[in-house]
Amino acid sequence: MSARNLLWDAAKKCFAIGLIGITVRDRYVSIAAVRGASMSPSLNPLVDEASSSRRPISDDYVFVEKFCLEKYGFSHGDVVIFTSPTDHKERHIKRIIGLPGDWVGISHIDDVIRVPEGHCWVEGDNLASSFDSRSLGPIPLGLVRGRVTHVVWPPSRIGRVERKIGHQSVHSY
Amino acid sequence: MAGPLLAISSPSWFWAIEGFEKTLTVGKFLCFLHLSSSYLSTSAMAIGPSMIPTIDLTGNFVLVERISTHLGKVGSGDLVLLRSPENPRKLVIKRIIGMEGDTVTYLVKPYENYESRTIVVPKGRVWVEGDNKYNSHDSRDFGAVPYGLVEGRLFWRIWPVSRFGSLLNK
Repeated sequence: MSARNLLWDAAKKCFAIGLIGITVRDRYVSIAAVRGASMSPSLNPLVDEASSSRRPISDDYVFVEKFCLEKYGFSHGDVVIFTSPTDHKERHIKRIIGLPGDWVGISHIDDVIRVPEGHCWVEGDNLASSFDSRSLGPIPLGLVRGRVTHVVWPPSRIGRVERKIGHQSVHSY
Repeated sequence: MAGPLLAISSPSWFWAIEGFEKTLTVGKFLCFLHLSSSYLSTSAMAIGPSMIPTIDLTGNFVLVERISTHLGKVGSGDLVLLRSPENPRKLVIKRIIGMEGDTVTYLVKPYENYESRTIVVPKGRVWVEGDNKYNSHDSRDFGAVPYGLVEGRLFWRIWPVSRFGSLLNK
């Protein structure tokens, strides 16, 4: 009888922890793994830019905060995680280059595009191997799932993810 | 010796633990509410002219289920709750006309002429339109929307009572 009670107690505790854990993950903060080298050198840095193997040594794990989703207040240079507009099961991590109303220059076709209302323009830091707004077009802000603030794993890479303004010319009007 | 000591110090401890447990219970309840509303079903107030005659001007109270959205089972003809691509803080209700790969033909200006346009819905996107073609701001203006913006599928009308019932495909 007491063994059953113990088991029941443990089950209730697990359930409560799961309940709270999933809520916190959905609404406040979460951890995400970074795949691929599209954000090198900020995330998953490549050891040797010139080497033939384009794979980073290890995957970074990053801390994602979701408080920014209350007001959808983002700044230029924020690193965000968003659902891919072509496949809703995929998540991408990129840097915001342009916000609604900005004119964004696209280097490879020498053109400027105005970012529409409610959208943002995202690009990877590693422009050579990044699948981003240059091919997807502007991303609706409604797809953004959080802002990447810190690298939490591996230990040697723990630190803030800096907000930086890219090399591109962005003009706001 | 432990007995009397515990008895002296117990009241403040007792209240602290009691308070903590009460807070935890409330917290767990709120977490449960969050989970059920974001993974099972939630409610929404539908107002506006774009879905006439399905949803009338006076406003309808509807239930929205999340399961088929999570499973990717939402299809053409379903009424969906959608995060507006033009304003992420706004939710809108539209009907899905075409899924990815479907061919959609629509009138560009239904109130003026019969000029029509045909498009193929791109990968990972859905084409949504209001039921009231004359007064709806939808995919005809902002193009196909990513599936990731679909928040849920409408399935039941609660209010007004006279139209209480299922909202699924007729």
